[in-house]
Amino acid sequence: MFTISRTLPITLKPKSLHVVPDASRCMQCGICSFNCPAGIDVRAYAWRGLPVDDSACLTCGECVRRCPRRGLQLEPMKLPGKNKA
Amino acid sequence: MRRYVIVGSGVAGLSAAESIRQQDPGGNLTIVGDDPHGYYSRPGLAYYLNRTIPEQQLFPRPASELHQLIPNRIHGRVTHILSEQHEIILAGGRHLAYDRLLLATGSRPAPADFPGNELHGIVTLFTLEDVRCIHKLVKQGKTAVVVGGGIIAVELAEGLAAHGVQVHYFLRGDRFWAKVLDETESRLVEQGLEHMGIQLHHRTQVAQTLSSRGVLTGIVTKTGKTLPCRLLGVAIGVVPQVELAEQAGLAIDRGILVDEYLASSAEDVFAAGDVARVRDPLTGGTWLETLWPTARRQGQIAGSNMAGAHIVCTREVPCNTVRIGDIITTTMGALEQRGDAGILTVATNGRASGQVVRPAWEVAHDDRTNRVRILVGERAIVGAVVMGDQTITQPLFQMIRTETDISPIRPMLVTRPESGIEMIAAFYQQTQNIHVHT
Repeated sequence: MFTISRTLPITLKPKSLHVVPDASRCMQCGICSFNCPAGIDVRAYAWRGLPVDDSACLTCGECVRRCPRRGLQLEPMKLPGKNKA
Repeated sequence: MRRYVIVGSGVAGLSAAESIRQQDPGGNLTIVGDDPHGYYSRPGLAYYLNRTIPEQQLFPRPASELHQLIPNRIHGRVTHILSEQHEIILAGGRHLAYDRLLLATGSRPAPADFPGNELHGIVTLFTLEDVRCIHKLVKQGKTAVVVGGGIIAVELAEGLAAHGVQVHYFLRGDRFWAKVLDETESRLVEQGLEHMGIQLHHRTQVAQTLSSRGVLTGIVTKTGKTLPCRLLGVAIGVVPQVELAEQAGLAIDRGILVDEYLASSAEDVFAAGDVARVRDPLTGGTWLETLWPTARRQGQIAGSNMAGAHIVCTREVPCNTVRIGDIITTTMGALEQRGDAGILTVATNGRASGQVVRPAWEVAHDDRTNRVRILVGERAIVGAVVMGDQTITQPLFQMIRTETDISPIRPMLVTRPESGIEMIAAFYQQTQNIHVHT
């Protein structure tokens, strides 16, 4: 069970989106986290320059829209193993 | 166990602490800062001022996380550095020994250049306490004057206007941020500010303040005009806080002089952020940048080097994104080269990638204004200003940073600026593909 549930997001939603930060634009103002309807601390991901990796993310784009420096984008997830030489 | 002491609780200090923890998890780490609120987002203050976010949102780290990162956090002022003894002295007399010391003391607002700048009602936008003070003052006074030609002054003016205050924004020159923006861009920002109800006064300076019992009641301009106001916002630049280092005998030149490893002239003492003037080993010159991302990067490098690494701090192409006059604006590269021989300016209005079909999932930004200006050198793009739609920002930045040879598209770029953005986007894509396949 555990293994299946872990693999589901990849196998069933191969082209899903995720929020990708541009760490160089993020000033840690926290507007993204404050406006996230799912209560995700988007800013913490932005500090580390990592895509938001949280099953609660609705990919609604609210954080992307609200960021005052356009430091977030919705991007298609890359499949593991793809884009490798 | 190595003892690390960081002076300054801003982003440079915090980043250094993270790097040290990573490289030397067992090290004894202490941070000393004179801001009672510790680490918070300074750039976020503008959004707290205009009530976009509540105060607690300024603090990116929960106290427990900060405690785990830096168990010893001291709120206090450092009065002396005894570099020979490897000790610092805090106000109150406490001595603290260090093996590695980081000075991340930052900068402070430059004082106003007119008499009477200690009055109640004169404010700036630099610390959390400044915003708390403004929030109290806007309840009392409904007219404000703001002076200063940069980003903080605009954020101050916009923040006050958001509270319903009638704002008079004084500009020394003919237009806003003339050093960086061209005339059209300045006007676009000014129009945006006027749209918010801010009244602009060009070629206007404060000569003196008026007061009653220590409280600001108005100002007099250099042309003799009197304007009653209860608030005067001043943001005319910043000065690095070098006093501590200076008193300790460290080499100073409009900042603490550090080498490419961010090491100062005193043994085991490093500096990072707004206070550090870094030597460039290639040119022999020095540079100091008061940008938040730069402070973060320098903090990371200084922390690593304090823990034993040898990372060189090179100057990156400056790139800054701000929202001014309600327009998202990114400035990058050497914009001051405008007018230099061999540099051509290409500007285009309209959505930056209007010809490009956007994917359905992309978040639509309703930009009122879109403009891109590019400074084109003999072989490469040297600088750019992107207002509104930011799609082209990353390709432009990468091309500036890597000095991409644009010879194949340069003639077209110069003769057909209206298609310039599409040309750059396509060319960038092409160079990326070549890069991937080779």
